[in-house]
Amino acid sequence: MVPARSAAGSLSRRAPQHTSLRLARLAGIATAAGLFSALFGVGGGTIVVPLLILWLGYGEREATGTSLAAIAIIAALGAGAHAFYGNVDPVAALVIGLPAVAGVLAGTALQQRISERAVAGGFAVLLVVSAGVLVL
Amino acid sequence: MELSDLIGAIAIGVAAGVAGGLVGVGGGVLFVPGLVIFLDESQLGAEATSLLAIVLVAGVGAWRQGGYGNLRMRDAIVVGVLSPLGVLAGTVVANAVPERALELSFAAVQLGFAYQLARRAVDGPRRPAGAPEDRSG
Repeated sequence: MVPARSAAGSLSRRAPQHTSLRLARLAGIATAAGLFSALFGVGGGTIVVPLLILWLGYGEREATGTSLAAIAIIAALGAGAHAFYGNVDPVAALVIGLPAVAGVLAGTALQQRISERAVAGGFAVLLVVSAGVLVL
Repeated sequence: MELSDLIGAIAIGVAAGVAGGLVGVGGGVLFVPGLVIFLDESQLGAEATSLLAIVLVAGVGAWRQGGYGNLRMRDAIVVGVLSPLGVLAGTVVANAVPERALELSFAAVQLGFAYQLARRAVDGPRRPAGAPEDRSG
């Protein structure tokens, strides 16, 4: 179909709506994120953000926002499974998680004030660090 | 719990949250070692507890990004709901492939992403509309 070419899309460059290719790419991102999450015990954001940008044409800010929502779902599923086996320590999660909530409020506000190219550059640095941690 | 451990946990929590807000990750890379070092969790306990903390951080972060107009909820739900496919694949793969090979291949993938994002940071984004030219090989 005709891609929406709205001149108003200041932040969002709309990729073609739900074609089967698009859905297949989202499924691929989901599988990669779940794989990464299961193997290394993290949420999968280092996989989701680059793939939303490189496969689906997301802008950097949209990719980070959408990644956070996907991660919340992925982590909730994982935490639920772990809680079933009694591995989750809710008090420790709050001790480290509540300061992190304050941090994420500051981080998202700060992100609105920097360029998307700076977000891409920062993410590239994060990926290099993460790759280094995996190798070492 | 020692006061210094509490301060360490809070500091690493804030750092993970800021990073999450800036680049859209959940913070597990920092939470897991933070929980092990400062809050005496086992590796398994830390990974499980980290996931609960990620729900808080990522949920609040997504809510704020939604307020800024940077959230595509439908895509996020598709990715979140289909992710158990990857978890299943992960358990199969983890039993079939040496851990070291997994670590090295994921590191290579991340370096490839880093290169492409660094180019966007330097050159600005190339045309995303229509069929993206597939140069990833």
